Amino acid sequence: MLESLAFIIGITLMYSTPLIFTALGGVISENSGVINIGLEGMMTMGAFVGATVAYFTGNPWLAFLAAGLAATLLAFLHAVASVTYSANQVVSGIAINFLGSGIALFLSRMFFDGATMTKPIPLDGTMPRPLHNLFIGLSENLPGFAGRMFERNSVINLIFDQDATVFIALASVFAVWFVLYKTKIGLRIRAVGEHPKSADTLGINVTKIRYFCVMASGMFAGFGGAALSIAIVANFRQTLVSGHGFIALAAMIFGKWKPQGAMWACMLFGAANALVVFFGRAASPIQISQQLLSMLPYILTLIVLTGIVGRANAPKALGVPYEKDKS
Amino acid sequence: MKLFDKIKSKVIGLFLKENLKFTLISIFIGFLIGSMTLAVAGFNPFRAYAIMLSGVFGRLNYIAWVIIRSTPLILTGLSITFAFKTGLFNIGAEGQFIIGALVAALAGYFIQLPAIVHIPVVILLAASAAALWGGIAGYLKAKFGVHEVIATIMLNWIALYLTNFVVTLEAVQIPARPVSHNIQPTASLMFFQQWKVTEEGRAWLLDNFLAREILRTPFNAGILFAVILAVVVWYILKHTTLGYELKAVGLNKHAAEYAGINVQKNIVRAMLISGALAGMAGAFHVLGNTQRIAILAAMEGFGFNGIAVALIGGSTAIGVVLSAFLFGALQYGGTKIQLALGAPTEVINIMIGTIVFFIAIPRLIKILLAKFSKKRGEDNA
Amino acid sequence: MKSIDFSVKAVEMKNIVKKFGDFTANDQINLTVHKGEVHALLGENGAGKSTLMNVLYGLYQPTSGEIFINGDKKDIIDPNAAITCGIGMVHQHFMLVETFTVAENIVLGMEPTKKGLLDMAKAIKNVEEISKKYGLFVDPNEKIYNISVGMQQRVEILKALYRGADILILDEPTAVLTPQEIKELVQIMRNLTEQGKTIIIITHKLKEIKEVADYCTIIRRGKYIDTVDVSKTTESELASKMVGREVIFEVEKREKEKGKLSLKIDNLVVKNNRGIDAVRGLSLEVFEGEILGLAGIDGNGQSELIESLTGLRPVVSGKIHVNSKEITNKTPLSILENKLSSIPEDRQKRGLVMEYSVAENMVLENYRVKPFSNKGILNHDEIKVFAEKLIDKFDVRTEGPTQVVSALSGGNQQKVIIAREVTNDPDVLVAAQPTRGLDVGAIEFVHKALIELRNENKAVLLVSLELDEIMNIADRIAVIYEGVIVGIMDAKDANENKIGLMMAGGAKDEAI
Repeated sequence: MLESLAFIIGITLMYSTPLIFTALGGVISENSGVINIGLEGMMTMGAFVGATVAYFTGNPWLAFLAAGLAATLLAFLHAVASVTYSANQVVSGIAINFLGSGIALFLSRMFFDGATMTKPIPLDGTMPRPLHNLFIGLSENLPGFAGRMFERNSVINLIFDQDATVFIALASVFAVWFVLYKTKIGLRIRAVGEHPKSADTLGINVTKIRYFCVMASGMFAGFGGAALSIAIVANFRQTLVSGHGFIALAAMIFGKWKPQGAMWACMLFGAANALVVFFGRAASPIQISQQLLSMLPYILTLIVLTGIVGRANAPKALGVPYEKDKS
Repeated sequence: MKLFDKIKSKVIGLFLKENLKFTLISIFIGFLIGSMTLAVAGFNPFRAYAIMLSGVFGRLNYIAWVIIRSTPLILTGLSITFAFKTGLFNIGAEGQFIIGALVAALAGYFIQLPAIVHIPVVILLAASAAALWGGIAGYLKAKFGVHEVIATIMLNWIALYLTNFVVTLEAVQIPARPVSHNIQPTASLMFFQQWKVTEEGRAWLLDNFLAREILRTPFNAGILFAVILAVVVWYILKHTTLGYELKAVGLNKHAAEYAGINVQKNIVRAMLISGALAGMAGAFHVLGNTQRIAILAAMEGFGFNGIAVALIGGSTAIGVVLSAFLFGALQYGGTKIQLALGAPTEVINIMIGTIVFFIAIPRLIKILLAKFSKKRGEDNA
Repeated sequence: MKSIDFSVKAVEMKNIVKKFGDFTANDQINLTVHKGEVHALLGENGAGKSTLMNVLYGLYQPTSGEIFINGDKKDIIDPNAAITCGIGMVHQHFMLVETFTVAENIVLGMEPTKKGLLDMAKAIKNVEEISKKYGLFVDPNEKIYNISVGMQQRVEILKALYRGADILILDEPTAVLTPQEIKELVQIMRNLTEQGKTIIIITHKLKEIKEVADYCTIIRRGKYIDTVDVSKTTESELASKMVGREVIFEVEKREKEKGKLSLKIDNLVVKNNRGIDAVRGLSLEVFEGEILGLAGIDGNGQSELIESLTGLRPVVSGKIHVNSKEITNKTPLSILENKLSSIPEDRQKRGLVMEYSVAENMVLENYRVKPFSNKGILNHDEIKVFAEKLIDKFDVRTEGPTQVVSALSGGNQQKVIIAREVTNDPDVLVAAQPTRGLDVGAIEFVHKALIELRNENKAVLLVSLELDEIMNIADRIAVIYEGVIVGIMDAKDANENKIGLMMAGGAKDEAI
């Protein structure tokens, strides 16, 4: 029983990680007042670049950073449009989604002989599990019960023997929260998202802050994509990201634009995925249609939204371009 | 003569509109970026475009394919446009499409009726189910203030898993294949579907090149319905109190409410209609083209592409029809360059992304135009 | 006890031109302000006062012209540069982040930090220090949305002082204050000038200028008119300079007996957006053939009252009758049909669909009925004919019925609304701040329209924050304070002091 729970928790953490990264990106961008519906495209970009760099270099960390960088570049376009040229941010985001998947698949075909999927990443090119060897060592060297605590399929092992990205994601939640609520720059970001004119009159550079936030959101979405392609699976393919970016967006709204809230919402989706896996195993105690089970988190989200989330949680200036010199 | 003049001045007026100018320039930039992408990747863009052009217009059956591909896009584009006009962003056209296709496949397979009744019944059922699907999002927004974007994203996934669940039911699925049974011939919208495979039909087609070209494809009546629905949407928005109310709600819901217009009711109405349109896209896709539905590994993108269609179409009915054809032609032509040159067909997505991107920033285009005309002025001087 | 140092020109703006596209907001304006002086900038709405000050504060870049601060030429490229020059600005619409605390708002942009982290303890201490120094009490930990408008203004002033401002620009600072709060503000301004600060106050209220300003510069339609010594001028002189012609302060209005009861409000209770009772057992009667002016400070329940009358906000308890028919909690549509029309408080938010044409806006409330539509099909021709008629009758300056309303000036937008509402032939008209933001000509037009309606034996409820307006055109005056009527009197018996005290809640302390 306890093992089952641990199994579910472990899978939950694994599946929610890409969402958490991406939703954090959404949190940062939208707290500065820029809607980012282009998360999906940025994530796709990150997933592709991550898988490709990992395949060619065999270095997952380089791949992870490259994924973040590539998506940051894509986010830069969104920033140019929505900050400098006062674009309709939703429309610009839609464009980013087309561009993200377009560029990723185009390059994939170029690099991988016309295929819309990358070749499998060699084992040492995928995300390492930082605690994996430690747990093996402990389970082999500790006597009796203490050793069994760490062996394969033990509770601790099931929960904590995770890809490095899982830990980075959780640390990022804390980091983003800390920056937003405990630092000068965070105060300014939130001020810009609530009342850009006020910030401007106090000498805060609204443009700079929004650029920074939109690009940071790209970086996180890129990490999210890489967390899919080099950690959960070991390649990029056309259907890999499909919709994760939108789910992350929904999770961010569900989480009331707060990093910790977004994280819990992502975990809800991750948990539902875990349940699908759990009940889908041959050893599962009860057989439930995977398809029906998969619907669960979405239905649950809808129900919860009708109940608790009110209207006025979004940053006040969200989606409104800031135009300085206007009478 | 008077009518002709009226039409002429309308057409000219349309071209004078700033929005249209920006759209055309955006499309131009899209093609430009597309050719640059191809060139950088080592393909001759002129050859690529030539192949696309002949791949789209070269033969009658190519044109038929473009029309077939454009049909659902017209309707999802209209669906999104309709919601836009009421200030709603219907990301859920995708899910409504899925529901429409699902219901059409089921009603097309299980119900047995003569064609003249069967087809309208199937369309009506599919449209109603999808209307409800959209209506849920409208209701949640009107009643609970749930943002339609998040609600429709959820509903898209629910629709996807629901359809996969239903397809895998014993009564629906063709054993050991990831697809449903084909619909009854009485529900099909495909032209001469039965006849064209009979001996007589084959013989006749052998002698009639044009007809043979077209009927090689699943050419179907969906396009007629789509164009008629475009006219209906235009009429509703322009000439009815319903359209007046919906637009008022979309442009300023506070003023609409103040003037006695029921905002909540109109939000639900808009989503119902928007859903019905997307659902009909799914229905025509099944009845006209695929004849069945398959288990979906991912979203097919008819709804999402509809967003681009609506945006490029400038949120007008006629614009949507034209941009759906552009979209369909690009998509179909894109597959041709893949075959002929090995150039990635996804260059099309990059082009569409670019077009939409520039449509989002008319201000930049204005600046570019001003610079361009200034430079030209200097050159002439 | 004047503190002006005439040897120092704190601010000198020379030949300032500011264009927005084809529109020239400031055309060769000059302004000189000496250190320690309170200098008023007078002009009508849209005359270019705020634009000029936004240029001084670096929010706008002048198209041409020069700025000198304390004798040195400065390029004020952004608010940062202005702050460095010692300039601070309190905007008419407060620039406060509502979800932040007082202290967070004050230190924003110049936050104290400890090891790179935000040091809120220090921020709070700093705020307490300056608020003590200048006698501006605030609670640094309170969220902005929880404090009164007067308090918010103090936060704004503290924001400027925290940045070391020596030159303070106050944009329409009294528009939202009670007469008592205004007195406090005047005192604060005196304190500040005594401590060597220079103050520029933007206003269109003549009385205030007489009360606080030393000098006054008048701007009309973007052009510099004159700078005068306030002690050597009169209100009417200032007024004629501002408007460019003689101004008649009194509105002509013939005597009229009021008729029978038309609008009856009984013990009404309405909540505000935060769920707190904003209207708390209010009763009021408006009769045919009268204008009842409802005076009060902003935020005393007026908005909630109006919204409940027009069906936009639920009534918790109490009853509303129009001509003895109950309309409590009816839909906006049914209230319209019961002959209660209104001119909304915020015309762009509630009154108009800005992207709709003039014609479409004119039928916003009756597009459903013949001849404008039939069985759900609009009759564009009839709508156009109707609109042309109203454009003519109400003198709406527009290219024609198909022009979008957003292209019209504020006054003409208001005319579109008034045309629509008056043509509805209401029994009761609720006019909420109908002249806000309009120029003198448009104000006269609106006042005439209201009086005409009264003369046609309709009941008019005029809700206004401008006491002068109410004193000028109302037949009876009611005063609202914290959601109840605290006094009602004939306009003939009213005097400003009495009403002012009532607006501030009876002001028993003041009476002593």
